[in-house]
Amino acid sequence: MSGLLDWFDARFPLRKVAHEHALSYYSPKNFNAWYYFGSLAILVLFMQIVTGIFLTMHYKPDSQLAFASVEYIMRDVPWGWLIRYLHSTGASLMFVIIYLHMFRSLMYGSFHRPRELLWIIGSIIFVALMAEAFMGYLLPWGNMSYWGAQVIISLFTAIPYVGDALAQWIRGDFVIGDATLNRFFAFHVVLVPMLLLLLVFLHMVALHKVGSNNPEGIEIKLHRDENGIPLDGIPFHPYYTVKDLVGVVLFTFVYLGIVFFVPDMGGWFLEPDNFQVANTFHTPPDIKPLWYFTPFYSILRAVTYPLFGVAAKFWGVLSMGMSIGMIFLLPWLDRSPVRSILYKSPIFTWALGIFVVTFIMLGYLGGKNPSHTDLLFFTNVVWSQIGYFLYFGFFLLMPVYSKLGIVKTVGTRVQSK
Amino acid sequence: MTRLTAGVGAVGAGFAVVPFVSSMLPSARALAAGSPTTVDFSKLESGQMITVGWRGKPIWIVYRTKEMLDRLWKIHDFLLDPESSRTSQQPDYAKNEYRSRGKRYSVLVGICTHLGCVPLSKFTPGVNSGVQSDWPGGYYCPCHGSKYDLAGRVFKNVPAPSNLLVPPHYFVNETTVIIGLNSKEEVAG
Ligand code: HEM
Ligand code: FES
Repeated sequence: MSGLLDWFDARFPLRKVAHEHALSYYSPKNFNAWYYFGSLAILVLFMQIVTGIFLTMHYKPDSQLAFASVEYIMRDVPWGWLIRYLHSTGASLMFVIIYLHMFRSLMYGSFHRPRELLWIIGSIIFVALMAEAFMGYLLPWGNMSYWGAQVIISLFTAIPYVGDALAQWIRGDFVIGDATLNRFFAFHVVLVPMLLLLLVFLHMVALHKVGSNNPEGIEIKLHRDENGIPLDGIPFHPYYTVKDLVGVVLFTFVYLGIVFFVPDMGGWFLEPDNFQVANTFHTPPDIKPLWYFTPFYSILRAVTYPLFGVAAKFWGVLSMGMSIGMIFLLPWLDRSPVRSILYKSPIFTWALGIFVVTFIMLGYLGGKNPSHTDLLFFTNVVWSQIGYFLYFGFFLLMPVYSKLGIVKTVGTRVQSK
Repeated sequence: MTRLTAGVGAVGAGFAVVPFVSSMLPSARALAAGSPTTVDFSKLESGQMITVGWRGKPIWIVYRTKEMLDRLWKIHDFLLDPESSRTSQQPDYAKNEYRSRGKRYSVLVGICTHLGCVPLSKFTPGVNSGVQSDWPGGYYCPCHGSKYDLAGRVFKNVPAPSNLLVPPHYFVNETTVIIGLNSKEEVAG
């Protein structure tokens, strides 16, 4: 056995990589459940790729055939329904996981120096995931697929001068059609998955360069024993491989539970309008994106006034772009001397709490008719305007409020055992 | 020398991108499908509309009654561009208060100028329209609530920035219209 390993090691840094990235890769000893989501995201990405490949064996990227081919997968392909539900549920759960993963970083200040680049790569992954999900959603060629894509691609027409030509180039036709479906298929199954794999690899490289943060935001690399091993570190394997497996088991229960019992999640994961084939003459009455896009969609719709002689549509699109752009800027917006919420002043805790409520509210409103009143007192559009200011306030005022209040002194060693 | 090589390489790479980027433009077939279409609307009754396809888009042909036309005038204050001054939204012959050739027939591209949904026709005026109590009759977009009158003119304070598009069209006779050409003389392009 060791002879074989030697043979490899002479030609490939096998043991070296195994040691540096697992066996003697030292992670903080105080990880909690919030640290499950990174490995779970990798698991789901893997599941999406595997189920995606098997869907591609039966799916037809042709506007005349696509819808029927998905029905065929559901009805006639042995276990086809399972593969499709694993894929569609996986897409939604991917976003659940990614949102929690990002929230963890917000709580523990994981984007602080020296992890800015790690955070930026993560933010790019988030954007790539949104692109992947958006294009995947067109593929079944249901009525919601069609009109959702129509609305989102039309966003580009808001750009002055070049907008119309740009939208036409993206669609490859005057309207969403066969050309659009075909190219979205190419992007969804080849381009973006490859990009995602590359980005995830870079994410891991950057992580292993700077090391993990932890719930207390203490830099474990600063305090080492005589052998240079961080005093608060433990080797990733076996401690965290086993811990992450617990996360995998728990997650699998949830995942399969949804796949077997509520694959459409009451219209949240698969929308009822999408069980009808795309109708180019009829927009579904309640057009809305899937739940994971709704917070940003709310921000788009919150802008209803023209400004400086430019139509509201342009500002809405710009705001939506900026709301995603804010995420990238976080490392430079947070001026607090400490990382973790456990040490930050209560002002930050409140701000983060309000932000979470705002984000959920915007998400809720994004799936509702703007002129109805589903919350207290005001119409939905007014609430989304309030949410708009709270959302941007959380980011843009952060340089100010993150410096206010009293922070606790951060020790040199993690407190938890 | 290194820089020169890199520079030439970059220019070359730039040129190499052109065919790929261009391949994503509408193909010759897609352009051909944009050619004009002839519509026989002899079955269209007064106060009704029909929808036909042109360039994959819904085209509405609406037979407006006298009451419908009369109501158009009363709502100027609520409209963003009542005079149809934005020239890109209609051919010159439709740059009038009815936004049509003649008065009776309105020909519109049924695509909301906001983000491209198909607005719903809400021809019943007033409370029963389900839109608003002083509704003059028109089109209501379900996506983000844009409103248009029966000439396709957009209301103020809605997300859509301009009036509905009037496609190039001309009437061959009483009951036939050609969509996609401005006149008999124009050659399909
Ligand atoms: C993170 C990665 C991915 C995400 C978030 C994602 C998301 C989605 C979504 C939301 C749909 C529409 C779901 C439905 O209505 O059934 C879809 C469909 C599809 N995806 Fe993916 N996908 C991912 C990766 C992949 C990969 C890697 C492939 C292929 C190698 C693939 C192939 C397909 C196919 C063929 C369909 C259409 C069949 C169907 O609608 O069931 N996907 N994807
Ligand atoms: S698409 Fe019609 S209001 Fe937005």
